Amino acid sequence: MKTVNLMIVGVGGQGSLLASKLLGTLLVDEGYDVKVSEVHGMSQRGGSVVTYVRFGDKVFSPVVAEGEADFIISFEKLEGARYVSRLKEGGKIICNTQQIDPMPVVIGAAEYPAEILESLLAKGIDIDAFDALSLAEEAGSSKAVNIVLMGRLAKYLQIPYEQWIDAIAKSVKPQFVEINKKAFDLGYNKE
Amino acid sequence: MKKLMIGNEALARGLYEAGVEVVSSYPGTPSTEITEFAAKYDEIKCEWAPNEKVACEVAFGASLRGVRSACAMKHVGLNVAADPLFTLSYTGVNGGLVVCVADDPAMHSSQNEQDSRHYAIAAKVPMLEPADSAEAKDFMKLAFDLSEQFDTPMLMRICTRIAHCQSIVELSEREEHPAGTYERNPKKFIMAPANAIARHPFVEERLQKLVDYAETAPINRVEKAESKMGIICAGACYQYVKEVFGDTVNVLKLGMVHPLPTKLIRDFAADLEEVYVIEELDGIIQQHCEHIGVKVKGKELFSPLGEYNQTTVAAAFGKKLPKAADQPALPVRPPVMCAGCPHRGLYYSLVKNKVTVLGDIGCYTLGMAAPLNALDSTLCMGASVSGLHGFNKAGGEESESKTVCVIGDSTFMHSGMTGLVNIAYNGTNSTVIILDNSITGMTGHQQNPTTGYNIKGDPAAKVDLETLCHAIGINRVRVVDPYDLAACDIAIKEELAAKEPSVIISRRPCALLKTVKALPPLKVDPEKCRSCKMCMKMGCPAISMKEGKAVIDHTLCVGCGVCTQLCKFDAIGGKEA
Repeated sequence: MKTVNLMIVGVGGQGSLLASKLLGTLLVDEGYDVKVSEVHGMSQRGGSVVTYVRFGDKVFSPVVAEGEADFIISFEKLEGARYVSRLKEGGKIICNTQQIDPMPVVIGAAEYPAEILESLLAKGIDIDAFDALSLAEEAGSSKAVNIVLMGRLAKYLQIPYEQWIDAIAKSVKPQFVEINKKAFDLGYNKE
Repeated sequence: MKKLMIGNEALARGLYEAGVEVVSSYPGTPSTEITEFAAKYDEIKCEWAPNEKVACEVAFGASLRGVRSACAMKHVGLNVAADPLFTLSYTGVNGGLVVCVADDPAMHSSQNEQDSRHYAIAAKVPMLEPADSAEAKDFMKLAFDLSEQFDTPMLMRICTRIAHCQSIVELSEREEHPAGTYERNPKKFIMAPANAIARHPFVEERLQKLVDYAETAPINRVEKAESKMGIICAGACYQYVKEVFGDTVNVLKLGMVHPLPTKLIRDFAADLEEVYVIEELDGIIQQHCEHIGVKVKGKELFSPLGEYNQTTVAAAFGKKLPKAADQPALPVRPPVMCAGCPHRGLYYSLVKNKVTVLGDIGCYTLGMAAPLNALDSTLCMGASVSGLHGFNKAGGEESESKTVCVIGDSTFMHSGMTGLVNIAYNGTNSTVIILDNSITGMTGHQQNPTTGYNIKGDPAAKVDLETLCHAIGINRVRVVDPYDLAACDIAIKEELAAKEPSVIISRRPCALLKTVKALPPLKVDPEKCRSCKMCMKMGCPAISMKEGKAVIDHTLCVGCGVCTQLCKFDAIGGKEA
């Protein structure tokens, strides 16, 4: 099997570590070789963060390079656009439509690019964009955006639904399993 | 049992399985989790030391007593621990001893890109370098065996892409290594000149024996292929090489990066037409190859800057790269001080007073960024305090009256105290500001000697900063709440004007601490907001302008109230209307 390359991108503090934990648990249980590369430390503090997840028969490099990502799962619009050059030809960006202004925009030194996703779509980039934050709030917590996006990703990967649900149960504290299952379903079943 | 682990967790597992009993470290990205994970094993006595030198010396003491011990640090931490390391090389060990050092190519969270392999060479200490988590665990166990077999401290080098990359590890049981007996051995352990002179030949002989070991060590492995091309590599670079070339070229994968083998490399290269060395940072393996007369190419094709990946390797060999979409130019998203960060109010007051600020290493280094632009320098741990003294020695009264330094509580414990002793002793009227947020913040909330808790979260002795500063000889020590802008302003003005050295302790716990309860989010009254952007001047990520009016993101705001104090029109309130 050819190695599948995923990137999880967003703003430090948005919960990408839980998403990568869930994926790691799921993919190991499915019997794949897996590598998950995270960056801790300074970039966590509201900066742009990226996690690489690669799985297949045998995975060597821990990172996803230019033109290699099958899926980029983005927690925020600008961050989805930031890594578009990593996308494989025919790859897909799954993007939460939330906008979080970076500091240069906040202080007026730069502008948040208008219609950034639309301009990428116009260039033929395959983007599945939707308001994951509202779905997360519907599930019971704004923090469940990560799991809504995982639910959406599950639609495109050939891994049975039940395995995802098992992995959620293993990855989150017992009291949060129900909220996260609901969040996953909302992402998975969205039209 | 198989488990997905980051390299640092695997190293900790290796410590556990190797029967290690004592681990002492100072946090530093990307090494911190080694010790955090080790602390989860009850069998290992773990601690956060005040700095890396102390940590390394604690490991030495435990080894002297006869138990297996370790310390862990980031690359620049090894600069601090270099003093004990170099002479540990002479004493050797009693119980096995491993110094873990994490390099940070690309400087994801560091102030420089130094290559720790130079330390292994300079200290004549063997160094292992794993290429994934499974190797991290296995190499750690091997390192303790080698440490005891060759009577040497060992260096375990990792880089960010090993430290923070999860891959699959097969777990084993712990093998206990009961404490050996301690017998006094002055010739081995008292490194005064007479003994050290007698000990140096041992170090040189040991190095030769380690070269012999490296020639046939199973961790230095040749992967044969039907090709006239060969690549020598170690660590993460091995993964990039395999990703690009698979089994199509010969690979010499080095697990031991110091000392390097001679015969093994010559034999590997003998039948090959082209041999390449692929190594991040400096061309150390390449220089060795050239030194032993093996013709290789390396840094002719690869940069000494940053980290590599599969594309770096593929491009260097002219391989076809995957087609990539054009990357639009976008505003950057640098890391920022969090909403409610206690450092922000203090920084705002410094900027308002147009003060020159010598900075240090920690979250508060982020005060360098716009809109605050609060810092003038950042060098290394503790340098703000000693640097301020030098700045004021050189600049005299004129600089003493408008220059301060800022240093966090943990960094002050690490190496700021000694600088403060120097200020008191050698007399400059310097103003030192300790940003006491009751935690080691940047590395992810580790306890330190000022917090009153140890690595396990149990109560511990707590350094009283005020008493400490007084004892050092500073008479003027005052505490301010950085959320109180007026108090900060007065403290800064008064202490800069004082004709003696002073310390301002800016004290408020990190807003991200679980023990800190956030206040209800603040709200801007759009009727009262005059769009003056005064509240934007301190760079809070929760505040932005929407349709000409300031708005506060309720998911980020912790109700610190600093913006309320900045608003001249009383537009920012605590209670939602």
